[in-house]
Amino acid sequence: MTRVIMPETLESLWDAMTAAPEARLFCGGTDLLVRHRREGGGSLIGIDRIAALRGIRYQDGDVVIGAATRFSDILEDPLIRAHLPVLARGVAALASPTIRAMASIGGNIVTASPAADSLPALTVLSARLDLASPNAHRTVALREFITGSHATGLRPGEIVTAVRIALAPRPALHHAEKVGQRRMLSGTLVSLAAVIAMDDDGRIEQASLAFGNLGPTVLVSVEAEAELIGRRLDRDALAAAGVAVRRAARPQDDVRASAAYRLRLAGNLLFRLLDPKIPIVAEKYKGRETAE
Amino acid sequence: MSSLSFTLNGKPVSVDVADDRRLIDLLRQDLGLIGSKEGCGIGNCGACTVLVDGAPRAACLTLAAQIAGRHVVTIEGAATSPLLRLLTESFATHGAVQCGYCTPGMIMAAAALLVRTPSPSRHEIRDGMSGNLCRCTGYHRIVDAIEAAAGRLFAETAK
Repeated sequence: MTRVIMPETLESLWDAMTAAPEARLFCGGTDLLVRHRREGGGSLIGIDRIAALRGIRYQDGDVVIGAATRFSDILEDPLIRAHLPVLARGVAALASPTIRAMASIGGNIVTASPAADSLPALTVLSARLDLASPNAHRTVALREFITGSHATGLRPGEIVTAVRIALAPRPALHHAEKVGQRRMLSGTLVSLAAVIAMDDDGRIEQASLAFGNLGPTVLVSVEAEAELIGRRLDRDALAAAGVAVRRAARPQDDVRASAAYRLRLAGNLLFRLLDPKIPIVAEKYKGRETAE
Repeated sequence: MSSLSFTLNGKPVSVDVADDRRLIDLLRQDLGLIGSKEGCGIGNCGACTVLVDGAPRAACLTLAAQIAGRHVVTIEGAATSPLLRLLTESFATHGAVQCGYCTPGMIMAAAALLVRTPSPSRHEIRDGMSGNLCRCTGYHRIVDAIEAAAGRLFAETAK
């Protein structure tokens, strides 16, 4: 019989993991329970009752999102909507309202699907992850944590406890968009997350672009970003960045879409940044600037 | 088997059930509440949507152990919930039901939407219902039914 343990504190989680080291962890269950039913499998430990893993707070210049925080809570959070709109937009397109009320950000990260909807936004925001095991803590960059399709640097006995995102010192243009076969409840063919900051003369000072589902992990093209730096945000600059992205991309060619179509989408999605109605200006954080 | 206690449509329930019994099986097979339907079994269709502590959940992707101590509301809760009753009547009067298989999940998802967004636009209704598939109606009458229910809800709360 499959045992399902639902610890309510981190201490009881560590006890449960020590007692059943082969048990698989889950939070919302929207991914793992599908696989569990298909593959069978041993004991499960559910972490969604652990209050210490849930919630969104501001701490020392970072927005800190507990790993068990549901996407519906992220979407409604005023701090994230005002200052990290790229994340709100990225996860607004994730599955459906019901799934967003179940699924957790930590689960989306450790599942590490190439098509995961939170990962491009978290990548352009240079998110870091707090990892913990009973005797150790470490913080690693998301970009280093995810090592391949469905592969991460999570060590045995370790969990993700929180996601940390530093608030930017100045306003920036934020946009995230995914293209699927339908507008909603759709797998991602290609997705884009972008954060663009200009200097006082209107030239691009910082450009972070990340693409979902163009390879085994989120695609960041340093060459594409370099095409934008020092230029105005215009069609020529974005076309040049698109050429660089297409060169770096290794999209799938499958029943959902051809590789050629995905490459075309990747370049064309960048032109959304030119539409004055599309990118959102992320507000500069004016609240508690000093450490709490 | 473990003893599981939770609240179902406002009443306390205690059952002996396997930890990993799915909520949809617990409801339909063990407790005889067959209003909730299973469609896809993987969270893609919304037919099994129920409310757990007020939030929508796919009962096919929820295990018995997860609902210990929680408040679960299913379509059978329409017997006692004014909001579910209002939605059910509105679906009937607007012809929003054809084969009916998706309807219980539709009504539970609509209830979750109206609790968060009491006066939704048609666009917000479509967004809010985007996890629930209907292969009969073409959705227009479902949106009509929810819009009308929201209007009645607004009129009643304004009284």
